Amino acid sequence: MTFLIQQTLIYAVPLMIVALAGVFAERSGIINLALEGIMIFGAFAGVLFVNLTQQAGVFSAAKEANDWIALQGFMLLAMLVAAILGALFSLLLSFASVNLKADQTIGGTALNLLAPALVLFFIRIIANQNTLQMYEGDAASWFMIRKANFGFGRNDDMGFLGETFVNRTYLATYICILLFVVLSILLYKTRFGLRLRSCGENPQAADSLGINVYKMRYAGTTISGALAGMGGFVYALTTANCASTGDVAGFGFLALAVMIFGNWKPGNIAAAALLFGLFKYIAASYSSIDINGDGVFFLAELGISGHLYRMLPYLVTLVVLAFTSKKSRAPKAEGVPYDKGKR
Amino acid sequence: MKQKLSHLWGRDGTKSVLASLISIVIGMAVGALIVVLVGLLNPSMGPSTMWEGVRLVFGGLFSTGRDAAGQLTFGFNSTNLGNMLFRATPLILTGLSVAVAYKTGLFNIGAPGQYLMGTAATLILALSIPSETVPPALIWLIAFLGGIAAGAIWGCIPGLVKAYLNINEVLACIMTNWIAANLVTWLFDKGSLFEHLQNTVENTKTAYIYKTSFNGVETSKMGLDLIFPNSQVNGGIIIAIVIAIAMYILMNKTTLGYQLKACGANRHAARYAGISDKRNIVLSMAIAGGLSGAAASLYYLSGNTEFFWSTYQTLPAIGFNGIPVALLAVSNPIGVVFTGCFMSMLDIVGLQLTNLTAYNEYITDVIIAVIVYLSAFSLVIKLAISGGHGRKKRAAELTAADAASPPPGGESPDAGNPTAEKGGEEA
Repeated sequence: MTFLIQQTLIYAVPLMIVALAGVFAERSGIINLALEGIMIFGAFAGVLFVNLTQQAGVFSAAKEANDWIALQGFMLLAMLVAAILGALFSLLLSFASVNLKADQTIGGTALNLLAPALVLFFIRIIANQNTLQMYEGDAASWFMIRKANFGFGRNDDMGFLGETFVNRTYLATYICILLFVVLSILLYKTRFGLRLRSCGENPQAADSLGINVYKMRYAGTTISGALAGMGGFVYALTTANCASTGDVAGFGFLALAVMIFGNWKPGNIAAAALLFGLFKYIAASYSSIDINGDGVFFLAELGISGHLYRMLPYLVTLVVLAFTSKKSRAPKAEGVPYDKGKR
Repeated sequence: MKQKLSHLWGRDGTKSVLASLISIVIGMAVGALIVVLVGLLNPSMGPSTMWEGVRLVFGGLFSTGRDAAGQLTFGFNSTNLGNMLFRATPLILTGLSVAVAYKTGLFNIGAPGQYLMGTAATLILALSIPSETVPPALIWLIAFLGGIAAGAIWGCIPGLVKAYLNINEVLACIMTNWIAANLVTWLFDKGSLFEHLQNTVENTKTAYIYKTSFNGVETSKMGLDLIFPNSQVNGGIIIAIVIAIAMYILMNKTTLGYQLKACGANRHAARYAGISDKRNIVLSMAIAGGLSGAAASLYYLSGNTEFFWSTYQTLPAIGFNGIPVALLAVSNPIGVVFTGCFMSMLDIVGLQLTNLTAYNEYITDVIIAVIVYLSAFSLVIKLAISGGHGRKKRAAELTAADAASPPPGGESPDAGNPTAEKGGEEA
């Protein structure tokens, strides 16, 4: 059960935060198809930052001083760097779709093409191979929170909650959940959020009330870029051993799917991401899942091919959508460039 | 004569072509700029490598390697040209796939999945039918049609759920992509029905399926190997061009094409006019899927290509590359032929860069991305062509009028027309 919750969270959290990134863009009226590209770019930025600071010897110094708080701080810094670069990268999309009124689908596709190309081009020149890894060690040994950090011995029991939510987890996961909650409140309970959402529903009306639609759309996509960039790094950190390969296994597109699945609403998105994460976890480790702890691997003994389990997340999404999508409603003005002169 | 020229100049199609060409030139310039910048910042490269890189970015297609003195030489290179045509074949078809769906207001991001299903069907048919009893030409035809059918069926699924269940087609396409990736892996995996198709003869590499030539099935060269010796080119490129022309006729000269485009422009208006929008959405996705399936068929039936079957973690890039091909051609089927060739030319350029210099092939992907990014605001470029800000309003009205009534010239009217996208997005 502990393992199940941890693994589900590891898959669900990047999806959740990147899906929220999509919500910010689409609620302001810009279709952000570039989530995948921004994730790739953010992951590269974060990993490069980690790699460079490691080369500077900062990490080993912190480890020798047994200062795990400093290590977590470096991870937060890397997340911040990924977020900033993700936001910068997303400006390309905002510029094309807000200032030049370009087709947002095409702009997003261009960013999706550009990110892996640039990232791989530089990785090849920096590392002379197709992967940029940490300079030394692996992600778990540097960044994972362990019992020992809280003075527990190797065999001490931290209790169910401690074992599940503290031992062998990443701080990044909780930062993302916290951000998710805070930003959802920002979007729904503040003046800024209301204004942002109004630009995605009826920009003309918003403009007539004195809201600067262009600014709001820039704000939406920039927040979106920052979140997606950070999500990309968190994905690389927690599932790909902090390596950047110019690929995030389609997570950006999956996040887009989670966003539509969650009907553009944070609560539903969290639920959708958890559902998806659960099935992703089942797909990854169906053969070793011991549901009630009696030593019987139920899913493995069913004799169903592992390929079916790998298909499940996608099949389940389609089936659930088939029942719920009649009510699905996108922000009304998304994808339509705002033109002041148009009525 | 002068009047004719100005008429040609004033046509929307001409401006679209010009806008695309400008995008291409800027894209290549950006690529060259990155080559120069990296050369300047990287002390191990030096100005001569840099200059070689720039020359290869623009003329890599005609590169003939290095001469005895180590200098780059350029000239007619039949291998490069032939390989360009060979690589263009699937790109043209996936490009058509995306373009046809785009005209119906659908964004077919599902081409990779349809391509994979086409691959599986083609390989299974081409390798399973015994060539002792059935003539290889017939097997070829069956495998080709089978690939198209498999792609079409896979394309139908997003179309059906979009039309009848109101599921966003982008989402459905992403889901079906990954389902296809797992399904195809499952089909060829150990203990599955088609495990025996795994290549065990040449076991230098693992997890590959036999080439279709193993069963004596391969696409006819149609004499192209005489024009381009030492290359992989075959008749597939001719078939692809014929299909592109057929799609042009279908979209622009038939009732069906008109109905499809009407649904793309405004689904509700089309339904009001008595066009069954649901049927057309499904049909459009089926055609798109069939084209992606055809891309896979022609690629793998060439006889010298191998399929890596354990594909559940990656989707084929050819499927995604159909998107830039279609976008650069503003979804015009004839334009797709040229942009497909252009993209594969950049592929060759990338190979030459990797083989001959310290640069790598990803620079060409950057070029493609920049070109697509620029083509997003082709409308702005078009306005700049027709004379800047003073005539902005008039030009906008012109495009709107063009979109409303198809001009007699048969040029595609909705190049850069923003309403084409709206129909698909309001679900």
